[in-house]
Amino acid sequence: MNRQQTNRFAVAVITSVAILVVVPIVLVILFVLYNGIGVINWEFISTAPRNGMREGGIWPALLGTIFLTFGTAIISFPLAIGAAIYLSEYAADNRMTRMVRLAIVNLAGIPSIVYGLFGLGAFVLFMQFGTSILAGSLTLGILTLPVVISTAEEAISSVPQQFRTVSLSLGATRWQTIRHQVLPHALPGILTGVILGLGRAAGETAPILFTVAAFYLPDLPQSIFDQTMALPYHLYVISTQVPGMPLDIQYGTALVLLLIVLSLTLVATFVRTSMRRRREW
Amino acid sequence: MTTNPSVITPAVGQKEGQRIPIGEWLIENLIRLAGLSTIVIVVLIFLFLVREGGPAFLDIPLRQLFGSRWYPIEGIFGLLPLLVGSLIVTVGAVTIAVPLGLICAIYLGEIAPTWQREILKPLIEMLAGIPSIVLGFLGWVVLAPLIQNAGAATGLTAFTGAIILAYMSLPTIISISEDALYAVPKEYRDGALAIGATQWQTIWRVVLPAARSGIVIAVMLGIGRAIGETMAVMMVTGNAANIPTLSSGLIFEPVRTMTATIAAEMGEVAQGSLHYNTLFGIGIVLFVITFAINSLAGRIVGTRGARRTGGKL
Repeated sequence: MNRQQTNRFAVAVITSVAILVVVPIVLVILFVLYNGIGVINWEFISTAPRNGMREGGIWPALLGTIFLTFGTAIISFPLAIGAAIYLSEYAADNRMTRMVRLAIVNLAGIPSIVYGLFGLGAFVLFMQFGTSILAGSLTLGILTLPVVISTAEEAISSVPQQFRTVSLSLGATRWQTIRHQVLPHALPGILTGVILGLGRAAGETAPILFTVAAFYLPDLPQSIFDQTMALPYHLYVISTQVPGMPLDIQYGTALVLLLIVLSLTLVATFVRTSMRRRREW
Repeated sequence: MTTNPSVITPAVGQKEGQRIPIGEWLIENLIRLAGLSTIVIVVLIFLFLVREGGPAFLDIPLRQLFGSRWYPIEGIFGLLPLLVGSLIVTVGAVTIAVPLGLICAIYLGEIAPTWQREILKPLIEMLAGIPSIVLGFLGWVVLAPLIQNAGAATGLTAFTGAIILAYMSLPTIISISEDALYAVPKEYRDGALAIGATQWQTIWRVVLPAARSGIVIAVMLGIGRAIGETMAVMMVTGNAANIPTLSSGLIFEPVRTMTATIAAEMGEVAQGSLHYNTLFGIGIVLFVITFAINSLAGRIVGTRGARRTGGKL
């Protein structure tokens, strides 16, 4: 084999491996769609599971996941966006800043089940919130911090330096500059981070196992101190813990969860792409 | 994540001694507080793990703790089977995911035309977005029966877990190694091609060596991702807490990982019992492992960034 042939061979191998990696992603999504679409109707969405969860719908679990996602948003975003502004606009290049960055990298790497343990120890037991929406939202809120911080920081930093210089030279204070010149331009990017964080929170199972998720609870939660069912845990329960569970309900539940999470990811990608197109600097 | 050039120097806007309105003073300090809270949270996570898990390391004799029997019902807590379980599944996953991920990144970065890249990158982001429980579910209903039909004694094996985990860590490995390839200056490629190297020779002899440290980070973070994954692994690895006999069929035996043990048993233990403490103790082990991996990777990023800017003309 001469080197031209080697080259063609290598490129062909690389291309086919790339196809091998990407095709199953599409297949997985289509497979769940194909098997799950049949059971999805209004009744499936809007009623509680019946008959030991072997019949009926997913409403309490779906609503629980919506509650938890909102709870996560309320807890995570003020903190995450504050931290992103700090890193991008205030942090000097010193030891403290490096520690903050190290902390964020590590938060991103901590296994989700360890967040679950932390939530159990800190919120459920120590702060005595019990197994509740509050404890679950706090746990998920902390889990989503690194995703939101790094996306938002990137967006804020990408606002050109001239915008700041001009604003400051006109006599605006530092915060006025951030508030009126930097943040409006960074908003789409911040939004991307926020939506990605929500998607992450909606799909996680391990952090909610001991902090909020109920095995079976047809009644809807009345306050933030109540337990709730949640879609990811519900999928785990019906696929492994309930014998004789009809397969189509399992696929239907997986499909609803997949659709929620993927549509959030898609919206985030879309916001980011349209932002890149619109940007004129 | 490099040092930010856009930090506003106060000297530009605010003369020394200029009065800042009290509202702004408050907001600026809240922002600083938000930044510092990330450090506080990491410390708090560790402290709460130690608070609940520490007693395990004090009360259980070390001999037993590193023993090869995990029988919580009899009060025997040997962590070895769980460590070995996590190790086998993670090594399996990384062995599958690193070559695939790296080659995929090379395709995206060096070979694919722009239109393909714009389709493929969102697809890989979608894979990153698929909840682990959904992949676990598919592993349970589709992949495990396939593996059993292929001749294994059971479909729920370390191998099944490794495949699912490999797929889950692919997005991490792909996106970080692609960044590393992207950071290699275009002049390197131009130079190599100009002296007559083929595209493959350029990739193999010039681009990959130049991107080496970034690729190492990608592998490390992939390992970190794989070792911490819980739900999918719990569903497909069979959850047998014994050390597989050392043989060629090792990977086709059921195992139980550290993460799965916590998830499966925490619901049933009495709070404050030794079993409860030990599960938190496993959490400490996981925390320390991932902390070490991520800190090390962060350190390599730091030196690499410095070198790159230092070498730029």
